[in-house]
Formats: sequence, C-alpha cells, structure tokens
Amino acid sequence: MLHIEDLHATVADKPILNGVSLDVPAGEVHAIMGPNGSGKSTLAYVLAGRPGYEVSEGGATFNGRDLLAMEPHERAAAGLFLGFQYPVEIPGISYLQFLRESLNSQRRSRGEAELGGGEFIKLAKSQAALLGMDAEMLKRPVNVGFSGGEKKRAEMVQMGIMSPKFAVLDETDSGLDIDALKAVGAGINRIMRAPDKGVLLITHYQRLLDYVEPDKVHVLRSGRIERSGGPELALELEREGYAEAEA
Amino acid sequence: MTAPFPTHKQEEWRYADLEALQPVWEQFAEPVTLTVGAGEQLEEIWLPVADDVQLRRVQIALGEGAKARIFALNTAPVYGRIELEVSLAEGADFELYAANIGGGLSTNEIVTSVKHVGPGGRSRQVIRSVLNGKAVGSYLGKVDVAPGAQKTDGEQSVKAMLLDRGATANCKPELEIFADDVKCAHGATVGELDAMQLFYAESRGLDPAGARALLLEGFVMGLWDSAKESDAICETAREALRRVV
Repeated sequence: MLHIEDLHATVADKPILNGVSLDVPAGEVHAIMGPNGSGKSTLAYVLAGRPGYEVSEGGATFNGRDLLAMEPHERAAAGLFLGFQYPVEIPGISYLQFLRESLNSQRRSRGEAELGGGEFIKLAKSQAALLGMDAEMLKRPVNVGFSGGEKKRAEMVQMGIMSPKFAVLDETDSGLDIDALKAVGAGINRIMRAPDKGVLLITHYQRLLDYVEPDKVHVLRSGRIERSGGPELALELEREGYAEAEA
Repeated sequence: MTAPFPTHKQEEWRYADLEALQPVWEQFAEPVTLTVGAGEQLEEIWLPVADDVQLRRVQIALGEGAKARIFALNTAPVYGRIELEVSLAEGADFELYAANIGGGLSTNEIVTSVKHVGPGGRSRQVIRSVLNGKAVGSYLGKVDVAPGAQKTDGEQSVKAMLLDRGATANCKPELEIFADDVKCAHGATVGELDAMQLFYAESRGLDPAGARALLLEGFVMGLWDSAKESDAICETAREALRRVV
C-alpha cells in the first residue's frame, strides 16, 4: 500500500532523512518511534508534501502511484491523510465550512458527487459524537481557542469525515489526557482498522500503542530505520529507552 | 450650495481617485448625519452598490453612553470611499469593522475621523484589505482626544493582503491626544497568506487556488463575526473575493 524506498530528504539544505525504506501493506498499522530529532515529523511532512521538505534521493509510492509527484491536495484525494502534530488555526472560517469544502474538493477530483449541506452536517455531527466532541465546536473557526487536546480530537474527527485509505498520524497522542487518549485510540481503530486501509503511527511513547496495537514497530534514528520488530519492540523501548535498545 | 471639490493636497483626499469622482461629486458632496441619543444603540451594515464610483459620507454624533457599530464593505469597481466622522460624548462607544476588496485599477479607501469629546469613551476600528492587480486600498484614520476626554480607550487594527506586486496598501493611523490619561493603540501589517495555513488546507484536499480563496475569506469574514445579521455582507464579500482573486 505505502512503499518507501531509500528516501533522503533535506530541510533548508540540511539532510534529515538518510535512506528510509519501509513497507506498510494494506490492513496493517505500523508504529514509528524514535528519539527527538530523528526525523519522524520530517517523514510525515515529506509524505504529505509540505513545501520546503525536499526529497534528494529515493522515492515513495502509494497504491502503485508515485506519491512524491503529486501535489498535497492530490495526495489527499488519493486517500492520504496527515494528522498534524500541531494542528493549524484558521480564524474566520468555521470547521464545518473548512471540512465541507475540503471533502467536496476531494470528491470532485475523484469524480464523486459532492455532499450537500444537510448531508455533510449529519456526517460531521456523527463523527464528532463518536470522538466525544461537542458538535457545537464545529461551528467555531478552525482550531481557534481549542485546547491542545481538543485540537487532536478534532484531527480525528476530520479523519472520520474524510475516511482516508491511509493515515500518517504525527504524535496524535501528545498533549492528550488519558480519557482523550482512549477516545483517540478507539477512533483510529474504528476509522482505519480495515483490510484495505493502513496507518503509520508516529509516536514517542508506548501508551497509545496500548489502544492501537501495531503490527510492526520501527525505530527511526538519524534519519534511518534502525530496527524493526513486532509490538514487543515498543515495550522494550518503553522499558529500556532508545539508548539501551541500541546497545 | 455644493461643497468645493477636494484636491490631493488635502490629507484626507490624498489617495482619492479625483478624476473618477469629479462627474458625480454633486450628489455626494453633503454628508449624511446620524444622531444616536444618550444611552441609545445603533448597528448598521453598509453593503456596496453596483455603481463604478461609490461614496458614503456619514457623520455620527454619539450622545452620553450611546453605542454605534458599523460593519462595512468597500469594493467599488473604480472608486469607493467610506468617509466617517464620529464624535463621542462621555462614555460613548464606537466600533467600525470594514474591508476594502479591490482588483484591477480600482481605488477603495476608508477615511475616518473619530473625536473623543467626552471622557470614558471607547473606539475600535478594525480594517482589512485584500488587493490584487494594480488596485489601491487605503485607510486613513484620525483619532482626536479632546482635553477633557480622560480615560479614552481607542484602538485601530489595520491589516492588508497584497496578492500582486502591483497592488498598493496605504495605512495611516493618526493620533492627536490632548488628555494625559488615555489608552490609544494602533497596529498595521501588510502581508501574504500564511504558508502553514495553506499547507494545512491543501493537505485536507483543497487545491492551491481553493485554499487561497478560503484563507482570504477567513481574513475578511472574521470582521463580521459579531454582526447580528452578517449573511448578506459575508455573501457579498465572497462574491467580491471571487471577482478580484
């Protein structure tokens, strides 16, 4: 489903990714763990196409298509979703308008019919309810005045509405209290656990993996996958830290 | 008798398109006066009309404790001018939330003179401009605080978004303060769209043009969040943005 081969990337001419190779087949959840500065967020941004994140070598395909040749909005329409570590505030635009226009833009480029106002509001309300978010918040400007935890929950509501094929979730668990963590974990399982979907879960900590059990765990360090293993690798890292795990 | 035709030497007409104004001057020469009595409230929404040249010249006199809120959109195809002269008696409150949206060779300007005559008055002016092509958008805002107008609280916030190198934003807040215990602030920025907001919107599926249009809409629409009936002004602004972007 997602195939990354020898991916090198620079940010402001500084090499950050130094040859990442990774395969996430359909139906699987892979976790990427690693110390600060190892390149986790850079990998997420490169996959989503953030300007300024330059690929210098290697490549990535998504369901056989050249992912890196696509514009960010084309990646979204192809079914890729990035859950932001720091969701962005957009004053003056309500969440409902933002998501309806985004979703309909995706649907147009896939040749699907757009959702009408009533239909969309129904979808948005049901997804908000499933994530334990007050639907009234969707009337407010995008992320303005939201707490850190509310922003992360809202990212998952967005994912529920978009129902992507593949989600790259960049530290979606940071800034969450235990109840929010459970709700977010349940949301990821409900929305993304399916034979034709995949997830790349970027996290510092084992705790989200208690709720979303990964099929594989990879350790990213210095811009390379240093180790890969099963769920037990996350437990080992949690117990021993990145330094010991390396030794 | 018609008021004398203005010249560019007058500061408040410095950026005006006088050539466009000349043929229609007579019908606009005299300002409209609105009086808001003590303790009363006024809320008005000023929508643009279809004419090439549009002027709105209004004087508002606010009595003690009176309150006025004006929401306005200035987006004439050739020349648009909103001119406001406001006087505030003790404890009066004035708010203006206005936008210039211009493209092509248009000139749109908002010119205000706010006079705090009595003490304890409050004024807020929030101006947003979106300019493309060779359009000019201006805000000239004068705030006078009279000698007796202690505890005046005045604020001007002016932001402009230039979509083309040929577009021009003029911003001139001006304070004349003759009282010693007052709070008057102003801020002005001229900028481009936020790169991270653009990427966020595109990552959700909006194409670059759609993302830009949405962010510009947010930049302007935030002005009218507090209006009671903002649907018409928001819809008109959306149309104006679609036209100039």
